[in-house]
Amino acid sequence: MLGLNKKDTNLLLVVLALTMLAPFILNPFPTDSGLAQFNAGYPDLMQRFAIFGIFAIGFNILFGLTGYLSFGHAAFLGVGSYSAVWMFKLLSMNILPAIILSVIIAGLFALVIGYVSLRRSGIYFSILTLAFAQMSFALAYSVLTPVTNGETGLQLTLSDPRILGSSAAADGSIPVTNLFGLEMRSAWDMAVGPWTFTFSAGYYFCAIVLLVAFYLSIRIFRSPFGMMLRAIKSNQTRLNYTGLNPKPYTLAAFVISGMYAGLAGGLMAAMDPLAGAERMQWTASGEVVLMTILGGAGTLIGPVLGAGMIKYFENILSKINESVLHGWFAFMPDGLEDFFVAIVYPFVGKGWHLTLGILFMLVVIFLPGGLVEGGQRIGAAFRRKGKKAGGAEAEAAKQQPGE
Amino acid sequence: MDAILLQILNGLDKGSAYALIALGLTLIFGTLGVVNFAHGALFMIGAFCAVTLQRLLSLSHQVEVPGQVDFLGNPLMADVPYVTDWFGEATGNAIIDWSVPLAILLTIPVMLLVGYVMERGLIKHFYKRPHADQILVTFGLAIVLQEIVKYYYGANPIQTPAPEALSGVAQVLPGVVYPIWRIVYFCFAALIISGVFAFLQFTTFGMVVRAGMADRETVGLLGIDIDKRFTFMFGLAAAVAGLAGVMYGPINAPNYHMGMDFLVLSFVVVVVGGMGSLPGAVLAGFLLGILESFASTTWATTTLPGINQIIIYLVAIIILLTRPRGLMGRKGVMED
Repeated sequence: MLGLNKKDTNLLLVVLALTMLAPFILNPFPTDSGLAQFNAGYPDLMQRFAIFGIFAIGFNILFGLTGYLSFGHAAFLGVGSYSAVWMFKLLSMNILPAIILSVIIAGLFALVIGYVSLRRSGIYFSILTLAFAQMSFALAYSVLTPVTNGETGLQLTLSDPRILGSSAAADGSIPVTNLFGLEMRSAWDMAVGPWTFTFSAGYYFCAIVLLVAFYLSIRIFRSPFGMMLRAIKSNQTRLNYTGLNPKPYTLAAFVISGMYAGLAGGLMAAMDPLAGAERMQWTASGEVVLMTILGGAGTLIGPVLGAGMIKYFENILSKINESVLHGWFAFMPDGLEDFFVAIVYPFVGKGWHLTLGILFMLVVIFLPGGLVEGGQRIGAAFRRKGKKAGGAEAEAAKQQPGE
Repeated sequence: MDAILLQILNGLDKGSAYALIALGLTLIFGTLGVVNFAHGALFMIGAFCAVTLQRLLSLSHQVEVPGQVDFLGNPLMADVPYVTDWFGEATGNAIIDWSVPLAILLTIPVMLLVGYVMERGLIKHFYKRPHADQILVTFGLAIVLQEIVKYYYGANPIQTPAPEALSGVAQVLPGVVYPIWRIVYFCFAALIISGVFAFLQFTTFGMVVRAGMADRETVGLLGIDIDKRFTFMFGLAAAVAGLAGVMYGPINAPNYHMGMDFLVLSFVVVVVGGMGSLPGAVLAGFLLGILESFASTTWATTTLPGINQIIIYLVAIIILLTRPRGLMGRKGVMED
């Protein structure tokens, strides 16, 4: 289907099902139960899952396939956000032109930065991208204030021209982002017994974009171009000896992944029309690296999983405070309760970054292939137990790198 | 002329911090071949050693002040640090006042230990893995260390004042005044840098380490356990970063993300100086510090707005593209 083989089609269908049914899947607990805080089925968070999924897929096309570790990808996301907000200010509140512009601008930006950075490889490439991203951040924060509105961040105002739309809505407020009239923040609640499921237009738009982005990345992974990128990762010298110039291929991969980041930035602005310089800081670039590695670099589904997991824990763990913990351990005797609360407390709430850091280190040390490799290892262990005779088959499955 | 001199002086203190961190990074890279993204965290831990010592020294108990009452009529209580009890009023207060320089004594063993544990416990397993993996695992470690410090010390900067005697300004030259502590910091940095170089240059241990940096395998074949020495060098590099952090406290109040802020710049410094070149790292550290301070003058910022923010990165990009080995990089070290 759609030029994919059976395995990839199945993967795409799984992702399709997951994204379309996300409001149900992420809301397993009744609204008034104590576990409702683990629900992630609210529009804001689901949108972030999809947006960071796109960002990580794009990063993975560069890092997973070519092995070039960029520490400056957030710059493209920031540029995408800024251009989308400018489109909202100048043209109209329709998100389509805004997103298209942000992809184009981010692509051009990536072309320039990539052309320069890709003259070196390895650690030097990482430092160059880091330097460019920090430069963009510093400029956006200070000198480019007329364009970026500096520290405050770029926001919509009532005096914006919006030549194809209206400067102000009928009731005098700032108009909201829409897709040909469909407001992005509109949502529909469905109550089933004690459960409430929210279907938001914004989320479904992001989810569809995510699916398209995912499909494109499968095609890139399977194409001759994708094979070329893998060849660059495995041995660039040998590639040079065969008379091939890897430069255009890596540059293309860099630009494509920059465009993905721009798309994510544009979507972010489309869901919430403001853009700030902190989106470009190198810690934001570090975050997408974490997502990709955690899920599994070089695999198709890994980055999406990693992005979802990090965003989920960021939201859920950071909401847990001391009293919630006391509630959990309330069944224990007092001393023991305090003891457990004291042990768990540093890892939740404001300290969730600690959990993230530890998890990340464990993954890098023990599971270089990320969660996907973990899943495969568990799967392989079960298969081996299932049929000892078919060991050869399990071996063959292990030989296939996780995809 | 005075203005130029002042800018150079301004650049020296930041440049000293860059140079010290970059020196440690290069020591680790040159000996073990590991790209250590957690080095900024070591700098931060050093700074928090000073905070810890300051808190320990000011541990106090309450005593009644005889003959005075507070507004409720209760006897007035005053905090008296234990050190003043033990050493008497004057000495005790002096010890508290000098807590930052005293923290050096605490930092050296702590950082050597931290470095040793880090190398034996984690980095050791990453020699054979690609540089990207080393970057990632040390990046993760940096997050963890930073969050641990944040958990215990909070997210706000903590003031660590310099000793009273060293906290004013001094007349360096006629018409040029400059904070004394920054001069102290520069001298301290110069002392440590020359100490490290002397150690490498004039001791047998240092000679073996230099030999190992040049050709690890041959040194191993000569029957020398180079790994043990390299582990010590890792500890030494950690100590250098920690010392840079301790003394930096009075210039900039330590907070948990100061390491990350310095890390990015120090990497740029290392790359500009040339991967694996110790003199290059020091030279580039001071040069970039001075360059940054010149770029922050009013003249520079009015001619080229924002130049002070990006000058270092700009220089790094130009250097990397035109002189890939950096200022003093050796041939064959991480050529691409």
